[in-house]
Amino acid sequence: MKTINLTLQIWRQKDANSTGQFESYPAKDIDTAMSFLEMLDVVNERLTKEGKEPVAFDHDCREGICGMCGAVVNGQPHGHIKATTLCQLHMRHFNDGETIVIEPWRSTAFPVTKDLIVDRTAFDRIISAGGFISAKTGSAPEASAISIQQDKAELSMDAASCIGCGACVASCPNASAMLFTSAKVSHLNLLPQGRVEAKDRVTNMVKQMDEEGFGNCSNEYLCEDACPKEISVVNIARMNKEFRTASRS
Amino acid sequence: MLNSKIPSGPLKDKWANHKDHLKLVNPANKRKYNVIVVGTGLAGASAAASLSEMGYQVDTFCMQDSARRAHSISAQGGINAAKNYPNDGDSIYRLFYDTVKGGDFRSREANVYRLAEVSNQIIDQCVAQGVPFAREYSGYLDNRSFGGAQVSRTFYARGQTGQQLLLGAYSALMKEVGRGSVTLHTRTEILDIVVIDGVARGVITRNLISGEIASFAADAVVLATGGYSNVFYLSTNAKACNVTAAWRAHKRGAFFANPCYTQIHPTCIPVHGEYQSKLTLMSESLRNDGRVWVPKKEGDPRKAQDIPEEERDYYLERRYPSFGNLVPRDLASRNAKMQCDEGKGVGPTGQAVYLDFEEAIGRLGEDVIRARYGNLFDMYESITAENPYKQPMLIFPALHYTMGGLWVDYNLMSNLPGLFVLGEANFSDHGANRLGASALMQGLADGYFVLPYTIGDYLAGVPSGRTATDSDEFRQAEKEAEEKIETLLAIKGNKTVDDFHRELGKLCWEKCGMSRDEQGLKEALQKIPEIRDEFWKNVNVPGSGRDLNQSLERAGRVADFLEFAELMVNDALYRKESCGGHFREESKTEEGEALRDDKNFTHVAAWEFQGLNKEPQLHKEALEFETVQLTQRSYK
Repeated sequence: MKTINLTLQIWRQKDANSTGQFESYPAKDIDTAMSFLEMLDVVNERLTKEGKEPVAFDHDCREGICGMCGAVVNGQPHGHIKATTLCQLHMRHFNDGETIVIEPWRSTAFPVTKDLIVDRTAFDRIISAGGFISAKTGSAPEASAISIQQDKAELSMDAASCIGCGACVASCPNASAMLFTSAKVSHLNLLPQGRVEAKDRVTNMVKQMDEEGFGNCSNEYLCEDACPKEISVVNIARMNKEFRTASRS
Repeated sequence: MLNSKIPSGPLKDKWANHKDHLKLVNPANKRKYNVIVVGTGLAGASAAASLSEMGYQVDTFCMQDSARRAHSISAQGGINAAKNYPNDGDSIYRLFYDTVKGGDFRSREANVYRLAEVSNQIIDQCVAQGVPFAREYSGYLDNRSFGGAQVSRTFYARGQTGQQLLLGAYSALMKEVGRGSVTLHTRTEILDIVVIDGVARGVITRNLISGEIASFAADAVVLATGGYSNVFYLSTNAKACNVTAAWRAHKRGAFFANPCYTQIHPTCIPVHGEYQSKLTLMSESLRNDGRVWVPKKEGDPRKAQDIPEEERDYYLERRYPSFGNLVPRDLASRNAKMQCDEGKGVGPTGQAVYLDFEEAIGRLGEDVIRARYGNLFDMYESITAENPYKQPMLIFPALHYTMGGLWVDYNLMSNLPGLFVLGEANFSDHGANRLGASALMQGLADGYFVLPYTIGDYLAGVPSGRTATDSDEFRQAEKEAEEKIETLLAIKGNKTVDDFHRELGKLCWEKCGMSRDEQGLKEALQKIPEIRDEFWKNVNVPGSGRDLNQSLERAGRVADFLEFAELMVNDALYRKESCGGHFREESKTEEGEALRDDKNFTHVAAWEFQGLNKEPQLHKEALEFETVQLTQRSYK
């Protein structure tokens, strides 16, 4: 077992209406086999025993699939290891004596709720605007009646693997939600079942995305780089094409 | 004896006949009825979306920031259905039979048959919603094999099947939220169930951001709140999974059935330190190509690659030649434990066995294995820093799923009128052991295709219109919830919530885990109240109840686990037989397999709460098998 000593600079903010600030905490004797969140657990247990309030952070499945966790670590959403959520980032990737700066996603459309927790309900409203196929329960045809080219199904699955964590927004200098929105548009519009509502879907989802206050895409590609599921920016190009086609007719 | 209201007639016709005679609520009246759905996993989201599409007014609650994050999302391997697309002889009957046998003949025949019957509709529904299931080059749907079956009936979306099915149900739910007929309450936890004159009327909630306690009333309450694996602290469940809503319902009169039926999944990444916060599952699908083995020699210090073939014991293939590595989960887990108990365990702690892909990589090539399991291999490497393409995985069993749950009748209604329970939170379909790829099937069956029919039968018999939330029962329940929070915050003791949760978990794992005996269970029954008493004297919950306080959230959940654990252990003590995941050392065959006692235990044990520190009252539901013959389960 190898242990390291760290200094954490963590953003503390009481609630959405308060201003926040960085505070410094020692993190001593951290086993390098721990995950980043387990390291935060240890720090929080120590804070609790000292009678202080622990750091609030979102997390749930801790296997990189629920999309609940995430923080900006040393300037990078989910930290510096590629294709990894914060819960799957392990402490062996940090050095003894290092200072780690930990802050929440920063975006007007994701207001801070407390400490490292932000409000991502804007994503839900984008889905509500059109991120679905209106197949009422009971109305579906026999599954094998719909045959789908395997490569298309794979592309659709690539896009569908988005976990809705928001790292794309956090990484973007414009805090754009284009990668998130385009992933859902691609997932559904690539499938034959999704074509019926394709135009309304892209139009309404983009409209909602704009209303939520996300910025525009200026081809920085930082979203793709930050995405723990490696969702490709090709989805943004696909959405733009779908959007143009939809607005012409 | 409890009445499960199983319809009469031949097994194959029960559900169809039942549906033909259920009472209906006419379309214009549906909007007058309000239904509360708690939980937005597969069961909850599919139920809320379906009820809303039918015209009911729905309020739905989840504790996460979005309905898309419920723990169903973590299911990796797949979902079963009896489509028989591979033409390998599958049928509704076979899926039914495998599930009843897999459950060690402790599930309800009629429910399981219905489950198998609607399984095909689930696949249709999901495909229509845009769930991107794996396809063959022909464009048609692909299938793979799972434990406990000799046919390929599992549909999958890479190693993310739960995620894709949940996103399907979530998208249907969000469609209805957009339409305005579902009101979604995120970051909201259920603290109590309100029962008036024996009928479920609503819930008490806490807004996790503001701390506000509120009452919601409805014509029916649906709990789809998952299982209780986290009573063991370390499990494959998400951190927030808890028993609170189910336990509160139990304390208000709902019976809890077979709480000792817990499933221990054979292929998880082993525990590596005291700080460990959860265990990570490696999908059962890996056992399609991975071979499980240990060295033949006790305490063999050599590395896996230095142990020659003839000195390896592929013990599952040896003991169960017809199912091999794909035996059901309870057998695979117990066999791993037996090997480790004999000193043949591997890895730094000796509490692990190998899952080896060398032969499959040699046969199929690394690319094929990467395409099948790439994300799982990556996850394994990211956690352990070892490359499973080059050396075998280390795996060990971990708590994964709970078959026990609130008792429900054939209509999925608990003994409290108006309280329905779906998915993992109920008890009825998996008996004493659940087969792989059946949890997703049951969650969606309950939510899409069972509850939407059966709830109408109940609602048609009761007047519509919200119960007022200003009644004494609501006020009293709110007051109790507030007081509990104030008490927790005022203790200011020396131990953290997690200290207590770990202590409880370790006790449950040691005394009520993979194997159980009378002495250990009795020790646990003595120890649990002691931990509970200390918790209420010495827990330290910092912060306030008036804002976001994660320590307080955990404290409330652990307080309920500390009560629930006692019921689970009591049930394990009561059930003197071994069956499925419940293994009593006193009841085994000469070969060490689980030995049922059909004469004395072919029944559901449903417990009624009598007060803390009081013996719960037992109600039995006889399990009557009209179609299948009870046999000693054999996978040899």
